[in-house]
Amino acid sequence: MEPAVSGPTDQTEAASSPPALELQHAAKSFGAVQALIDGSVTLRGGEVHALLGENGAGKSTLVKIIAGVHQPDSGTLAVNGREVTLHGPAAARAAGIAVIYQEPTLFPDLTVAENMFIGRQPLRQGRRIDRRAMQDEAAAIFKRLGVPLDPARVARGLSIADQQVVEIGKALSLDARVIVMDEPTAALSAAEVDRLFEVIRTLKAQNAAVLFISHRLEEVFAICQTVTVMRDGKHVLTSDLAGLTANDLVRAMVGRELAERPPEAAGAKPGEPVLAVERLTREGVFTDISLTVRSGEIVALAGLVGSGRSEVARAVFGIDRYDAGQVTVRGKQLKKASPVSAMTAGVGFVPEDRRQQGLVMDMSIQQNVALASLGALRKGGLIRSSAERAMATDWGSRLKIKYGRLTDPVAMLSGGNQQKVVLAKWLGRKPSVLIVDEPTRGIDVGTKAEVHNLLTELARGGVGILMISSELPEVLGVSDRILVMREGTLVAEFSHADASEEAVMSAAMGQHGVANHGATKETSSDGDANHGAAR
Amino acid sequence: MSAATLPDSGQRAERARDAGLAERVFRIRESGIVAVLVIFVAVTTIIKPRFLDVSNIQFVLVDTSTFALLALGQTLVVISRNVDLSVGSVVGLSAYLSASLFADHPGIPIPVVFLAGLGIGLACGIANGIMVAVGRVPSLVVTLATLYIIRGIDILIVGGNEVDASSLPDAFINIPKDTVVGIPVIAIAVAVVIAIGAYYLRTYRSGRDLYAIGSNPDAARLAGLPVGRRVLVAFAVSGGIAGVAGVLWASQFPTINSTAGTGYELQVVSAVVVGGVAIFGGSGTATGAALGALLLTTINSALYVLGISSFWDQAIWGFLLLVAIALDQTITERLTSALRSRKPRSRTAGPRHPGPKTSGSGKPGLTSSPSSTGTRHA
Repeated sequence: MEPAVSGPTDQTEAASSPPALELQHAAKSFGAVQALIDGSVTLRGGEVHALLGENGAGKSTLVKIIAGVHQPDSGTLAVNGREVTLHGPAAARAAGIAVIYQEPTLFPDLTVAENMFIGRQPLRQGRRIDRRAMQDEAAAIFKRLGVPLDPARVARGLSIADQQVVEIGKALSLDARVIVMDEPTAALSAAEVDRLFEVIRTLKAQNAAVLFISHRLEEVFAICQTVTVMRDGKHVLTSDLAGLTANDLVRAMVGRELAERPPEAAGAKPGEPVLAVERLTREGVFTDISLTVRSGEIVALAGLVGSGRSEVARAVFGIDRYDAGQVTVRGKQLKKASPVSAMTAGVGFVPEDRRQQGLVMDMSIQQNVALASLGALRKGGLIRSSAERAMATDWGSRLKIKYGRLTDPVAMLSGGNQQKVVLAKWLGRKPSVLIVDEPTRGIDVGTKAEVHNLLTELARGGVGILMISSELPEVLGVSDRILVMREGTLVAEFSHADASEEAVMSAAMGQHGVANHGATKETSSDGDANHGAAR
Repeated sequence: MSAATLPDSGQRAERARDAGLAERVFRIRESGIVAVLVIFVAVTTIIKPRFLDVSNIQFVLVDTSTFALLALGQTLVVISRNVDLSVGSVVGLSAYLSASLFADHPGIPIPVVFLAGLGIGLACGIANGIMVAVGRVPSLVVTLATLYIIRGIDILIVGGNEVDASSLPDAFINIPKDTVVGIPVIAIAVAVVIAIGAYYLRTYRSGRDLYAIGSNPDAARLAGLPVGRRVLVAFAVSGGIAGVAGVLWASQFPTINSTAGTGYELQVVSAVVVGGVAIFGGSGTATGAALGALLLTTINSALYVLGISSFWDQAIWGFLLLVAIALDQTITERLTSALRSRKPRSRTAGPRHPGPKTSGSGKPGLTSSPSSTGTRHA
């Protein structure tokens, strides 16, 4: 790999040639939501530029502006020093910009070559498609990329990695000088990532400007020369990667001072273990997951999207099957793949997608609240509406649910109140274990705090809570212990006192894995139970 | 770009193998139809040798012609992941109107009547196409509606009337009987049209666009293909062909009333599917569809010659349809796994990130929102 062609991409640098692409102070809002407040990025030919930021930092909005999918509310975009307005994806293509998405959309029935050239196939006399020229051109491009992909085969059956290569080939056939790759490695195996990197190095050597987005810092250090970090919709940092450490980047991404840590709590002493998961494995999804939740304890399961957190929760509750391991609730082993068994043992499950999985949207509030307790409300085989109503009224006031009438469809409630209905549904069964997956997603700040208080109260009342959350402040603030998952395994465990956003984030992104491989494996299969007492 | 060296000969060999595989599959698909056809013809001929009489062959070819022509129009539509159920009604309307043109205007030139039929069909097809392409209404619903509407218009115009062949000019009712060296002219003409259609689908950008649209409509839109225009044209062609087929229908049947062509659309769709055009679009050939039409007509005729009840006719059509669909499914799966397994670099190692969520882009990962409060320890 040769050194970066150009130096740092500060605005102050006097470049000899204009940057291949320069986006300055772009802003974009959707309704009331400001997705991008101040987005700036500068790409130069022969340079691979990383774009980093947590989810919600505005990366994808910025990419979509470059791709011509969104038009910025303000800010300027210049290609090769000339200011342009992109009215759509076609305009971006014409300007020499290509975007490779994580999972390309090809035409499965057409050949690889045709996928690359559809709508602009080389023609011979009489406007007929020159199939041979098309395949030769495609073959030449794959040769340039150093990938032995056959242009004459149909796209059906191509691996995602090969599909990306087809898209990159298409970009090259369009003579794209700016290539944006939006998390291209997320679904690739290690060997495929290596091959993609070879392709990227080839692109770089051919003077293309590449914008590379990834959550994996080791990949960023392996392939990129410069970096831009975004946070909360704003540009935070643009710099040469040389001289920066992974910690610098994580700090720039997280951006909060350590002082913001919530104060140490005087929580209730955890009691007996209520939920024990031992060596739970589901082939290709998660491996060897062991954890314990005690009565009165809130355990957070943190990790990146796709790390397998929700899958573990679903397997524990019996929605999905698992291949090995066992789940015990208060000493009683649960049947595999049987939510009924989990419910009878006293487990409640608040799923992450409350509209699809947590509620029956067309049913009334009271019916939804009663849904998990129908057995208890039954009399002579019939469900008494009065009992339903009494139960819903009771829980409605205890959880401060704001509703018009209990007979209104639950769809009419706000997100926060809907989530309270889901909680009420399970609390009505007096669970000893409650699994909550993203309990405050899409909920306004005030109700969020109420949900947090509610979880805390439940824990004080002796319920063991396993909480999956992608929001670090929530993870750090609410839980007694934090388990971190990465790529299907538990990689780290923190007590409330030890945890910091940076530490959790680094573990989730595998930074420990690079810097300090041994330390990440501290959570062995049987070590979990002991950590609980550490606080 | 030191990495860009390739084992050239190896790649070429691999490419040849791949092309061979993909092409072989389609050839097998079409030769399968031919094989079934040969079996039916052989068995029937052994039992009733008169099945291979010149007159019977001519009869089958003429019968196939209208059918295969309609199958061509339907192929364009089905390849683009649509369906045109209105063709039977268009045939009926065009058949009656063209016949009554002769009856009401004696001496009208035959080509003018064909143009009139084409015009009627085009109008119906364009109406379908606009509703599907511009109105974004599923074609199944649109053409089911126009099936009834056009039939209703037909009944309104025809009433209880019928046009008798005796009121048609001889030159017109002789069209099915004209032959060149024993081959019906109509069959030759249709074969030429189908050959043009097949060539068009294979070699012109707009033809390939139809495959792309049927293969992945969203990607077609993203690639900037004129999806609406292509679909509209496909429906217009299907309608226009149905209009012409209606005129041919009028030349073949002794009387034309308001039921002409009823139920024809499902036979046409069957022929197309039996002929190897994927019902969900993206693949298939005009030649295959025509062979499908020939096979179904031959079976029909064979059973008639053998004196077997026409119940069996329908049962066998249904059975063939199931076989065809099962075959296509199997071929697709086999092809997919063959293409997947043969490449050593294809993903043998699973994705790094386990779980179905790796594909979801809408789900946020670790999000630090400063607004969120940690109340547990507040």
